[in-house]
Parts: sequence; C-alpha cells; structure tokens
Amino acid sequence: MADLSVNFAGIKSPNPFWLASAPPTNMGSMVERAFDAGWGGAVWKTLGEPIRNVCSRLAAIDLGPQRMIGLNNIELITDRSLDVNLKEIRECKRKYPKHALIVSLMVESRREAWHDIVRQVEDTGADGVELNFGCPHGMSERGMGAAMGQVPEYTSMVTEWVKEASSLPVIVKLTPNVTNIVPPGRAAVKGGADAISLINTINSVMGVNLDTLVPHPNVGGMAAHGGYCGPAVKPIALNMVSELARDREVGVPISGIGGISTWRDAAEFLLLGATTVQVCTAVMHYGYRIVEDMIDGLSNYLDDKGFASVHDIIGRSVERVTDWGNLDLNYKTVARIDHSKCIQCNLCHIACEDGAHQCIPLVQMNGTRFPVVDEAECVGCNLCYLVCPSPGCISMVRLDDGSHPQTWRELSSKQPETMTGD
Amino acid sequence: MSVTHETPITFEQIERNFREIAPPLTEAEAVMEANRCVYCYDAPCTRACPTHIDVPSFIKKIASGNLTGSARVIFDANPIGATCARVCPVDVLCEGACVEKTLMDKPIEIGRLQRYATDAATSRGRELFKAGVSNGKSVGIVGSGPAGLSCATYLARLGYDVTIYERKELPGGLDTYGMASLGELETSHDAVFLGVGLGATARLGIPGEGLEGVYDALDFIERIKTREWASVPIGHTVAVVGAGNTAIDAVTQARRLGAERVLMIYRRSAREMPAYQYEYELAKQDAVEFWWQTAPVEIVADATGSRVASLRCVRMELGEPDASGRRSTQPVAGTEFDIQVDMVVKALGQQKRLDLFGQISGVELDAAGRVRVDKGTMQTGNPKFFAGGDCVNGGREAVDASQMGKLAAQGIHFALTGERVELAGAKIVSPKTSGLH
Ligand SMILES: Cc1cc2nc3c(=O)[nH]c(=O)nc-3n(C[C@H](O)[C@H](O)[C@H](O)COP(=O)(O)OP(=O)(O)OC[C@H]3O[C@@H](n4cnc5c(N)ncnc54)[C@H](O)[C@@H]3O)c2cc1C
Ligand SMILES: Cc1cc2nc3c(=O)[nH]c(=O)nc-3n(C[C@H](O)[C@H](O)[C@H](O)COP(=O)(O)O)c2cc1C
Ligand code: SF4
Ligand code: SF4
Ligand code: SF4
Repeated sequence: MADLSVNFAGIKSPNPFWLASAPPTNMGSMVERAFDAGWGGAVWKTLGEPIRNVCSRLAAIDLGPQRMIGLNNIELITDRSLDVNLKEIRECKRKYPKHALIVSLMVESRREAWHDIVRQVEDTGADGVELNFGCPHGMSERGMGAAMGQVPEYTSMVTEWVKEASSLPVIVKLTPNVTNIVPPGRAAVKGGADAISLINTINSVMGVNLDTLVPHPNVGGMAAHGGYCGPAVKPIALNMVSELARDREVGVPISGIGGISTWRDAAEFLLLGATTVQVCTAVMHYGYRIVEDMIDGLSNYLDDKGFASVHDIIGRSVERVTDWGNLDLNYKTVARIDHSKCIQCNLCHIACEDGAHQCIPLVQMNGTRFPVVDEAECVGCNLCYLVCPSPGCISMVRLDDGSHPQTWRELSSKQPETMTGD
Repeated sequence: MSVTHETPITFEQIERNFREIAPPLTEAEAVMEANRCVYCYDAPCTRACPTHIDVPSFIKKIASGNLTGSARVIFDANPIGATCARVCPVDVLCEGACVEKTLMDKPIEIGRLQRYATDAATSRGRELFKAGVSNGKSVGIVGSGPAGLSCATYLARLGYDVTIYERKELPGGLDTYGMASLGELETSHDAVFLGVGLGATARLGIPGEGLEGVYDALDFIERIKTREWASVPIGHTVAVVGAGNTAIDAVTQARRLGAERVLMIYRRSAREMPAYQYEYELAKQDAVEFWWQTAPVEIVADATGSRVASLRCVRMELGEPDASGRRSTQPVAGTEFDIQVDMVVKALGQQKRLDLFGQISGVELDAAGRVRVDKGTMQTGNPKFFAGGDCVNGGREAVDASQMGKLAAQGIHFALTGERVELAGAKIVSPKTSGLH
C-alpha cells in the first residue's frame, strides 16, 4: 500500500487530507471527531478578536438535481473567545500528537497584535499557523483578510511580523480576488512564508429570491456579497495552484484548496503542485466521513499506477502546463463516433451546428439517421465529445500528418507583426 | 344494465384496486426526472408522439420551474394533453423511443411528467390560450371525443364560432348540443367536422346473447368509470370474448372488481392477438386464463332460462394466412365444450357508423367502413365536411384522434380563408439529412 504521509514545510501529517479553516474546525470536539474519522490535519477556524455574525450566512447554487455545486458565505472568523480556543487546541494536540494541527489567524494590522497572538498559539503546541489574508467579506471592510492579500506589500509585511515572533512554520492563505495570483504569492515568500495555501473564497452574489426580490442570503431584507467555494470553484483554484507551482520565485510547498470533494479532485491538486489539500464545503455537505473514500481511493490509485508514495505524484503535471504560445499549432485531433454506442440524441449534431463548426451532419444509414463527423472540416474542438451522454461513444483521435510541431511563439519570432490569440 | 351479481370483495378493496397504477409525481420526483432528460435535439420522443409535442421543451420547463410554460407547450400541440398523459400507450409511443431507454433501459417518464405539468397548470386555473378575434365564420363539430375537442380548440383559437354537438350528456358542463341532424348542420355552418368515433360493439351472433349476465365491454368499462361500485356488474367467473385492447381492459378490470376467475376467449393464437404486447403482459400479471383458438358458439342459460350459466365453445384450427397476413380460422368438428361462467363480456371490436355517413352526400367510406379523407386536410368527399379520429382510422388511440382534429382545423381554415396555418406539432420539421456516405 502506498505511503500517504506527507511532510509539509516541516509539518508531518499521516495523509494529505486536511480540513480547511471553516465551520468544520470550529472547536476541539469537532476537530477530534474529524481526526477520528481519518483526516490527517486540520486548520482551526480563524482566531482573532471574537466577532458577531449575522443571520443567515450561507447560500448555495444547485445544478439540476445536484445540490450545492457552489456555496457562498458571509460568516466571519471565530465568534468564540481566544482563551477557550487556545485551551481546546492545546488539548487536541495533546490527544492527537501525530496529526497536523494548524491555527488560522487574523488580527488587526498592528505588529504587536500579531506578535501577541502568534506567541500564544505557539505555546499550545500547535504545528503551524496559517495567516488568513483571504476572507473577502466583512473582515476586509475592517482592513483585514482580503484587504491584506490584495496588496502584496501588506502581505510581505505581516508575514515578516509573524516570522519575527515565532519559529512555527507559517502558511499564508491567499485570496483569489486578484487579477494575477503570482505577485501575492511571491510577496508571501518574500515576507518569509514557509508555505502557501489557496484559494480562499471568491467574491460572489449567489442569486436573488424571485418572490421577495432580495438576494441570497437574506439578512433582514438586505444582502451583501460573500465568498464563493465548493465544487464550482475547483478549476479556478487549480489554475491558481498551478500558476504558483510553475513560478520559480515562489518555490514553497502549497496547500491546495477549492472545490475538493473526492480523492480524484485531491489527486489533481497534488499533480498540479499541492503537497496537502484542504476541504471545507464537501464536509459541510456530507460530513467528516467523506475522508474515508478520499484515503482509500487515493491509496488504490497510487497502487494501481505503481507509485510508492504520495510524494511521487506531487507536482508531476506541473511541467505539462505551459503558456498558450508554447502549444503545438500542428497537433491535430478529430472527433470519431462509434455508432454502436450512439443513442441518437443528436446533441453532438446541434452542438457542432450551433456552437462549433457545422461538421456533424445527420446521415441516413440503413434506415436510421446517425451523426457522422466530416473529418476534413472538424477542428477537433472537443465540444461534441463533451456533450455526448453515451460513455465511450465519441472519441477524439489524433491525425498525424507528419508535420513538425510548431508553436505560436516560434512563428511570431519569425514574423514581426503581432498575432492575436484568445 | 341490471346488476345481479354481488362482488366477492368489498367496495373499499375495489377502490384500492382501482387506484391509479402510476400515481402522480411529487414535486421532488418531477424535478429529478425532468433533470434526467438529456434535452435531445430533433428528439425521438417528439417524433414518436402522434401530436409531436415538443417533449424536451416541456420537460426542461418543469426543470426550470416554469410549469405554466410547460403546460402551454403540451396543450399547444395536443389540446387533450392532460388526458393523453394518463391514457396514452407511452411504452409504444414517446417513452418507447426515448434515448434513455436505449442508453440504460430506463426511459424518462414522459407521461407522468406531462401529467404533472398539465395538472399543475389546471389547478392554477391560468388561461393558457385565448380565443381568436372572431372571423365571423362558424363551424359545427359533431362528437366531443378527442378528435372533436382538439379540432374545436384550434378553431376557437383561430377565431371561429364553434358549436359542439354531442349526443351524450357530458360531465364537466361542457356546452354541447344534442344529437345532430347532419343535413341541418350543412346549412347552418360554414364547415362541419365529424369526430363521431365508432359504433357499438359487434354482436357475437350466437344464441343466448340477450341473457342476463351478458354485457357489452364498452358499457361495462363506462360503468366502471363512474366509480359507483354498487352499479357495476361482476361475476365470480367472467369470460371475455375477444383479444384486442378493449378485451384486455375488460379482463384486468374484472380482476380488480374481484372476479375469482377471468378467462379470455380468442379464436386465433397469442401471436395474432391485436392487443399491445405490454397490455398482454399486464393481463398475464393479473393471472388471466387465456383460451386461445377457442370460439363461443352459444351462451347457455341456467334452469330459470334467463341467466347465463355457461359458455359453449369450440376449438378452432388456423389455416393459411390470407392477403392481409391473418390466418383464417375453422372450427374443429366435435370439439364443443362448456365452461361454467356467470358473466360474459363481449369485446369483439366496434362497428363502423355506416348509417350516419349515409346521410351526407359525397362522404365516402373505404371497404373497412372508414371515412375517406385527404390526409393533409382531413377533408371528405363533400368539401364542406371534414372528419377525423376513430371514424377515419378505424379505431386507434386518443392521441391519434387529437392529431387528426388538429390537421382538420388547419384544413378547415384553409378551405374557408385560403390561409395556411401551421399548428404546433402538425408535422415534424426535421433537420436536413445528408444523402452522402
Ligand atoms: C375500451 C376502450 C379502451 C380504450 N383505451 C384507450 C387508452 O387507454 N388510450 C387511448 O389513447 N385510447 C384508448 N381507446 C381509444 C380511444 O378511446 C379512441 O381512439 C378515441 O376516443 C377516439 O376519439 P374520437 O374523437 O375519434 O371518438 P370518440 O372518443 O368515440 O368520440 C365520439 C363522440 O361522438 C359522439 N357522437 C357520435 N355520433 C354522434 C352524433 N350523431 N351526434 C352527436 N354526437 C355524436 C359520441 O357520443 C362520442 O362522444 C380505447 C377505446 C376503447 C373502446
Ligand atoms: C470557447 C470560448 C471562447 C470565448 N471567447 C471569448 C472572446 O473571444 N471574447 C470574449 O470577450 N469572451 C470570450 N469568451 C467568454 C464568454 O464571452 C463569457 O464571458 C464566458 O464564457 C462566461 O459566460 P458563461 O458562464 O455564460 O459561459 C469565450 C468563452 C468560450 C467558452
Ligand atoms: S470536435 Fe468540434 S468541430 Fe469537430 S465535430 Fe466535434 S464539435 Fe464539431
Ligand atoms: S451525442 Fe453521442 S449519442 Fe448523441 S447522437 Fe451524438 S454520438 Fe450519438
Ligand atoms: S428522448 Fe428522452 S431524453 Fe431525449 S428529449 Fe425525449 S424524453 Fe428527453
């Protein structure tokens, strides 16, 4: 059986599955139950000056029968006193010495305030701290959370303050509410961060109640934007993780967060450069028990693929991500339809007709109409393959005409005029 | 119909037995099922529906919570869509063609979704269509079955002054006039639509047909629809003569009414039976006894001479297939035998309305007694008369009659105004298919 244990910037964890700082890590009894269920680590619900929350706080987006493909919250940091939290952290770490226990922090932008809280945390025996520079609502209006993470200079400065006061590994949790994730990532490293975690939630308005005309979630007839998370944000998170994993100046371990619900999601984050993953929404949806299949599935996957340890796949797909300009313009694939599996829904036809390149005519064959790809016209966009509901029916096959790979970058270095791509 | 039998089971039990086989979908079920539909393009279900309801469109409107719009899509193509949702043989129509049946043998429950949408719209009572601005022309509709109602609905939407003539009293307070004199109609309307259906059940033509305990399947089924169980006849042993869908209806109903033994008597073999396969399966599940290649020769009375006591039958031999492919039948001499029964239901199929059509000059019938019409416009040999439904196709489904009513409405509109309208689902508009390959 493959070795799932990881060493994340000096923090040891029996597996790469951590709970993200959120309601599932609100207090000691919860974190202890999570560890019993199999979670390798937990990032405690963000500590700071206790706040008052509003009611209600959550809203979600459903897709057909699938509930909560995206979740949004306007909850703030912990509403429990610092003393109670610290006491429970100490007990929890004592009971679970082999698990990774990280404490998330957010205090006002004052050096002493950060020094004070980080010293208290270190005293509990916790394994590390995570600086919450990501909360996009409420806290940011008070100059904390995303207000920090959106300004690289602040990110560096606060990270330095924390490093001054503690020898604990420091993880900086980044906000995705920036146009480019690389500058904040570099700023954290410049400030001395031992690791980076991302993404925090994305600014969002979840929808509007069509009867009351009030957006969700309704707080006494009013609403405010919140932070978006859950399965729907996974692609955004994967992009940001891979961007930082590719960046030579970053070079610290990454804890991947955003839409992870299964071992498959986790494996993708690991392949794109994450050393650990953090989960919130999926646990809020189904409970701690989901970690069982995450562990089991990842372990079976590693065994099936012949990897001895989870470290063997970390970052393995990073080299497969490049800039568009380095892609081979001569690489050609076309769609091919296996008519024995075709159920004649004609979705490929209408998708190609109205959304692609009009190259799947319906053709009468032995009295039945079948979609047939005109390979000469097919641009290999994948759309039909994506919409086909019958498994294995449409495949994308490579057409190798023997031409040499050629990238846009190579081409444009030969021809001076500008070329545009999208 | 005098009722002389006691049901072997209680009325409560009967009520339970007759509860609809497929109960209505709950909101959660409907939304879940609607989301399962893949939203086919040029969908096979729509092609398979005789009225060509845009099935993916109405289903996706259920999924989006637009039930008014969903019902409008249904009724636009089929004015009796709520009825069809309950009575259509969906296994051989829309659901039989559904790609989810092909993919995983689990078609989308189109019929029940259709019922969900139409029930929801009906209970909201929101008007879905408006009568058109009057064009001053009047059309008489004879018969308020599926064909007549469909034709009347479309004509009213097009602005016609529509009068429905129905010889029976109709529940639901539909404004109808009685039995029509066809001659008068010809002068009082600009056009007349005939949706008169079929006639009474054919006679067996054997001795004893008038005995107490012998019933016409249509009367029997109609009586059950009233749900007044005290007035529904039922015996301990019931013989149903015939093997069409009406016969199947009769045997399964008799079973639910509590008959202990139900026999189906048919002179040909299972292979020739006209009933749908799934109807046959239904009857088999109801533990009906099938007496194939058996024909009744006499209904024998009891000692009083007035009540049925047994059915005398003879074995039949099947000969070579005739031109239509059906095999001839021949009684086997000396094979007569009696079956003790206390109720006989005649389900031989309905006769054609030859009498009626004889009254109208120009209206022609084919050899099978069906009204001859132009397939596109439903116009008969008399240009003022149009026809559709069972009287034209010889007896099919309600949905077929509804479609014919729609085509007739288009035909009448064209005949009276010269304008061609295309009503929803009048025909399938297919994407171009390529002739290559
Ligand atoms: C036992 C049985 C079970 C069936 N089960 C199903 C089923 O499950 N699903 C299904 O889709 N179909 C079923 N059908 C078939 C379906 O009922 C018919 O196809 C459909 O009713 C035909 O519609 P129509 O409008 O042509 O005629 P009908 O529905 O027969 O309507 C004709 C109307 O015209 C009236 N009428 C006749 N003559 C005159 C006159 N001179 N003046 C005024 N009014 C007149 C009649 O009273 C009647 O109301 C069944 C039929 C039978 C007999
Ligand atoms: C294949 C593809 C190509 C796109 N190209 C462009 C583009 O050329 N210009 C542009 O402004 N947006 C482009 N977009 C973005 C869309 O306009 C739109 O902003 C985005 O898809 C979000 O909308 P959606 O969630 O409804 O898809 C493209 C989207 C897709 C899927
Ligand atoms: S890959 Fe794209 S262009 Fe080619 S057939 Fe499919 S949809 Fe059309
Ligand atoms: S989408 Fe797939 S199943 Fe549907 S018609 Fe096209 S090839 Fe066939
Ligand atoms: S065939 Fe089935 S899946 Fe396709 S549109 Fe019709 S109901 Fe939906």
